[in-house]
Amino acid sequence: MKLTTKLLAATAIVSAGAAGATELEVMHWWTSGGEAAAVSKFAEAWDATGNTWVDGAIAGGGDTARPIMVSRILGGDPPAAFQFNHGRQAEELVEAGLILDITDVSEAEGWADIITPSSLLDSCTYDGRVFCVPVNIHSWQWMWLSNGAYAAAGVPVPTNWGEFVSTAPALREAGIVPLAMGGQSWQQNGAFGVMALALAGKEAWLAVNQDKNAEVVMGPEYARVFEAFGAARDLSTGLNVQDWNQATAAVIDGSAGAQIMGDWAQGEFAVAGSVAGTDYSCLPGLGEVALLDTGGDAFFFPVTGDPEIEAAQKELAALMLSPAVQVSFNSAKGSLPVRPDVDLTTVNECTQKGLDLLAAGSTVPAGTQLLSPDTVTQLNDLMTEFWSTPSLTAAEVQQQYSDIIADAD
Amino acid sequence: MALAEEASRTTTRTDAAPVRRPNRWLKNLTGKVAMLPMILTALVIFLGGTIWTIVYSFTDSGLLPRLRWNGLAQYERLWSSRKWLVSIENLALYGVLSVILTLFIAFTLAALLDRKIRFEDAFRTIFLYPFALSFIVTGLVWQWILNPEFGIQGIVRGMGWETFNFDPLYNPNIVMYGLLIAGLWQGTGLIMCIMLAGLRGIDEDIWKAARVDGIGTVKTYVVVIIPMMRPVFVTSLVLIGAGIVKLYDLVVAQTSGGPGISSEVPAKYVMNTMFGGQNLGQGFAASTMMMVMVFIILIPWAYLEFGGKKRG
Repeated sequence: MKLTTKLLAATAIVSAGAAGATELEVMHWWTSGGEAAAVSKFAEAWDATGNTWVDGAIAGGGDTARPIMVSRILGGDPPAAFQFNHGRQAEELVEAGLILDITDVSEAEGWADIITPSSLLDSCTYDGRVFCVPVNIHSWQWMWLSNGAYAAAGVPVPTNWGEFVSTAPALREAGIVPLAMGGQSWQQNGAFGVMALALAGKEAWLAVNQDKNAEVVMGPEYARVFEAFGAARDLSTGLNVQDWNQATAAVIDGSAGAQIMGDWAQGEFAVAGSVAGTDYSCLPGLGEVALLDTGGDAFFFPVTGDPEIEAAQKELAALMLSPAVQVSFNSAKGSLPVRPDVDLTTVNECTQKGLDLLAAGSTVPAGTQLLSPDTVTQLNDLMTEFWSTPSLTAAEVQQQYSDIIADAD
Repeated sequence: MALAEEASRTTTRTDAAPVRRPNRWLKNLTGKVAMLPMILTALVIFLGGTIWTIVYSFTDSGLLPRLRWNGLAQYERLWSSRKWLVSIENLALYGVLSVILTLFIAFTLAALLDRKIRFEDAFRTIFLYPFALSFIVTGLVWQWILNPEFGIQGIVRGMGWETFNFDPLYNPNIVMYGLLIAGLWQGTGLIMCIMLAGLRGIDEDIWKAARVDGIGTVKTYVVVIIPMMRPVFVTSLVLIGAGIVKLYDLVVAQTSGGPGISSEVPAKYVMNTMFGGQNLGQGFAASTMMMVMVFIILIPWAYLEFGGKKRG
């Protein structure tokens, strides 16, 4: 609300004062506390250039917001910019010619040289042209462990997946659930993806997710992953939570040993006042294969046909990647900047591990960059069914998984 | 005599009327003009929208609708999808139980209120009150009540019965009953009020006659009153049926389809594939199948219910 009032005031002042300033309506679904703070950094930076940021936040998450954005674009009343996850979600909008080509901005600003890893820019590139601005990096490949829970069970904090499994009985004896997992399908499928990359290795993972090779799914590497995932299912019984942050809360208060969740979980630890290294530990890649995927958010700019707005859209695109804005935005959002030549203001042990991995180039493209939302939805459904149906065996789910991959586009 | 004359004169007048009546289509013209917007709405939005949906269900539309024919592929995938089959099973279970239980509970409550009990107004308000809540609120309330740690199970265990187990929302086998409880709690009050109005419409003389013949109260209800309330039951059935087909928000609020996919319903499948999976074609195919199912149930029933009367 405060933000809206501020923006309304800014609108009034700017429209009264500066002639030639352009109003841009920006739609996004960042409505939680930290997210709203992060987006206001963009708004402040944009307003400081003498233009006006008109905030078009949609509450309810991406699945609610995306249809609204798409209907606005199709209905001929597009916003000036909108947030999507980069990757394949906007593919069809680009194909239909509804999205502004910002290749000239990209070339002028030298994005190809500064955006790291380069896969981020690749996933904004369709047929050699650039259509979106990646603004941050989020990665899935993390396991968060409660130091307190392991101290209570009298065992050292595991440093890899094998140790985690072998210490699980000790946690059970102490009345602690070894693995915290929420009931939503994307969490279970996401955790499976993390385990697949960590236990089957990069090659097999890329063969499945990038080349859609269904035979690899049926191969021995993936068989191990399905077995391990089935074992993980047993490790999570006893904790009935729905949302991911409730599962994180169980790790924070020590009633669960660990959680496999993306780096956004660190925001929860920070809010609870937990300190990395003393209160909780983190294992990128489950301590097995230290690779991070590089998902995140991106902004797209619809075609409006108005040269004045088009110029402003390109100006905004360049601004979002400027060093100062990258620092202020990502510090508030808890994500990593897309350019390595800036320093985040506060970096803890876990964030530093993430930055080091990015700097070393230990990255893979994100699942959402490789698989279409349709395939992801099917996999979500399959993995959540497996997770909540103890009678479903690892071999059965392996067969169904390979069927979905074989059909994937 | 005067009466007969009067009657015959009326007959002549009505007989003459059709001769003077102009074109049928121009009769009551103002009424028809006033209806025009609604007729257009029905044709363009309802019928047009339905046809559009069916046509596009044969395409491979993803995020945007596009006319690229895909034959029956969307339907093949739909009927080979476990989630869709589970959805249909769940809806059938929920539907059958919901119709039977709602009618039974609502009629029983209405009959009890009809016995001229004290505080009838208070009871009626209490029973109807849940209907004032949306399905989202109902779902959340029952999610808490059925939560094993804070809800019924927790309370009973707290009273000392340590082995008491009641966690329908976390058990895939009985999760639909958890939804059913919430659905009944919300919807029964309205049906009860309709039934009560129906009962109040029954002539007191029927009751007197039954008492003279020495028929018991329960038997009077079952044998005499219920057959007389047929129109009321039809209205109730239509209302309950509409509620069943569009079952969506209750599931989203209470279980979001979980645990796993064990409480998925067709309307949720449509929403998820269209907006989550960005696969409009698949969503259109699923919604077309939902409509077909409604027709399969509705057409024979409507034929029996309304077609028969015309012939009679």
